[in-house]
Amino acid sequence: MMRHSSASRSLLLAGAFFGAFTLSAIAQQPASPPAAGAAPTAAPLPPGSPMIGRPDNEAAAKLAPVAPPPLPSAPDKLPLAKLKVPAGFNIEVYAAGMANARSLAQGDKGTVFVGSRLVDKVYAIVNKDGKRSVKVIASGLYRPNGVAFKDGTLYIAELSQVSKIDKIEDVLDNPPKPTVIYDKLPKDEAHGWKFIAIGPDNKLYVPVGQPGNNVLHDDAHGQIRRMNLDGSGAEVYALGVRNSVGFDWNPENKQMYFTDNGRDWLSETVPEDELNRVTKAGEDFGAPFCYQGNIIDQELGWGKNCKDYTAPVGLMGPHTAALGMRFYTGSQFPKAYKNAIFIARHGSWNKSQKQGGDVVVVKLNKDGTVKSMEPFLTGFLEDNKYVGRPVDVMLLKDGSMLVSDDWNGAVYRITYGKPKVAAQ
Amino acid sequence: MRKLAITVALASLSFSASAETIQERAAPCLACHGERGSSETENTPSLGGQQAPYALIQLFMFREKLRTFEPMNEMAKPLTDDDLRAFSDFIASLPKPAAPKDAGDAARMARGEGLAKQNRCNTCHNTDYSGKDNVPRIANQREDYLAKTLAEYKDNSRHGYDATMADVMGAIPKEQIADLAYYVAHVR
Repeated sequence: MMRHSSASRSLLLAGAFFGAFTLSAIAQQPASPPAAGAAPTAAPLPPGSPMIGRPDNEAAAKLAPVAPPPLPSAPDKLPLAKLKVPAGFNIEVYAAGMANARSLAQGDKGTVFVGSRLVDKVYAIVNKDGKRSVKVIASGLYRPNGVAFKDGTLYIAELSQVSKIDKIEDVLDNPPKPTVIYDKLPKDEAHGWKFIAIGPDNKLYVPVGQPGNNVLHDDAHGQIRRMNLDGSGAEVYALGVRNSVGFDWNPENKQMYFTDNGRDWLSETVPEDELNRVTKAGEDFGAPFCYQGNIIDQELGWGKNCKDYTAPVGLMGPHTAALGMRFYTGSQFPKAYKNAIFIARHGSWNKSQKQGGDVVVVKLNKDGTVKSMEPFLTGFLEDNKYVGRPVDVMLLKDGSMLVSDDWNGAVYRITYGKPKVAAQ
Repeated sequence: MRKLAITVALASLSFSASAETIQERAAPCLACHGERGSSETENTPSLGGQQAPYALIQLFMFREKLRTFEPMNEMAKPLTDDDLRAFSDFIASLPKPAAPKDAGDAARMARGEGLAKQNRCNTCHNTDYSGKDNVPRIANQREDYLAKTLAEYKDNSRHGYDATMADVMGAIPKEQIADLAYYVAHVR
């Protein structure tokens, strides 16, 4: 692999960007060598290091992945008053006290299942006799980020295995241990946590992220697989996927759309996270060779061409961490939102001025391409700090929408129209 | 000796009354972690000057058994959320560990410094390795504890709160751990 000093890397970067991006993107590139008095240029990073691309300057040294507080916020400490939704919409706390609340799935009988990434639990928000309560239905799991529900069965995706609990809503008070249905998965920590969902083809879709920021890898990574609901018949459905933590299917033509997070340390402004559309099984979306459809990676992209990969249908902003997404198929929101995609952007860390930390709504053209993207739920970002971070969105049967927040360990509910008093 | 200290510590923690001051309640912690937060116990970290958010995460992980070390799992078991906050704030208020009196072997220091710079440890751990927020202070931490921890992140026997250190250590050969730990323990 080619190695070079950070000074020559800056030159290469500028060269690679020339002609491909706006002048403002170029202007943001690190142009000067380390400040006078700094230590001599360090040796090149080892292959696969998550720091590859990081410039040696003060601004970059301020950036690090942001970890949420481990303890969930008390209901009266949630940032509800700071959250903003468009006129006519209302937001309320649906449930709280669930440390690191992440992916959401809804049971047939109204239970909402909530996965977690940094703790070992799956929660159930139970609605019974007009009362809502939170139960831990599984613990001792390893990064159980993904949850999906179909025909009475809850599916749970841990870092390297998928398991299920049958008839979960009948056994909420005393659930059995989950039964493993699929474990032919790598064990890498980097991008190892999983979002899962069940497609209109009744198959379970399971992503396997690339095992690092910007790395070459074997055939078992960088993809979305699909399999039967008993874990059999697994096949690769999409390739060139860096780290997808959200997908759903267009209700009109059943095409799968997925979010994918772009690499770190390329610059403040690119690459943008992607919204992709799969039109046929086996499509390659480019990572780690081509990002956002038009950036050949400065390091791994030599000899590659973006034309050889499927370009995203939408760009979600640089480092914004576009995660959970759902098409709006309900009838409570105004008609303009029908079949639009709601996408939770967890928010950036690899950026001086944080971006994302919101839920946006993406409207599509008739041909399935992106028409517009606008903010929907904002207010999680205050003075360049997070007061909450949205992870996933989900529709309740009445057409209202839930949003999970792993920073506070809470789930909010967004309704449209005259606020109704929520059942307690 | 160490076993005895832990047993004593456990016994005193479980009888602690809420009326006690945090200093009194923390006495069993400091029996192993050092009277003023600078540990003289093998493989046991100094706590002084630790970032409070990091300390809170670790205490939470011990209580929830997300990080496994039996004496600490036992110590943390009865703690409430408010206890975890109180202990982590207290830990942060202890004086940071001092650099060792000897400057360290020059050749090893140079190798370690080169590795720390090469791997951009200063990105998250701060330019003086004092840490920030959820990222721990590592400057002048015990060398044996640093080496043990890096090795455990490398083989993933210690699960981080998030994936960052496993990711970083994936790219660092295990032969380099000793020099990295030596340098960070001696850094001035």
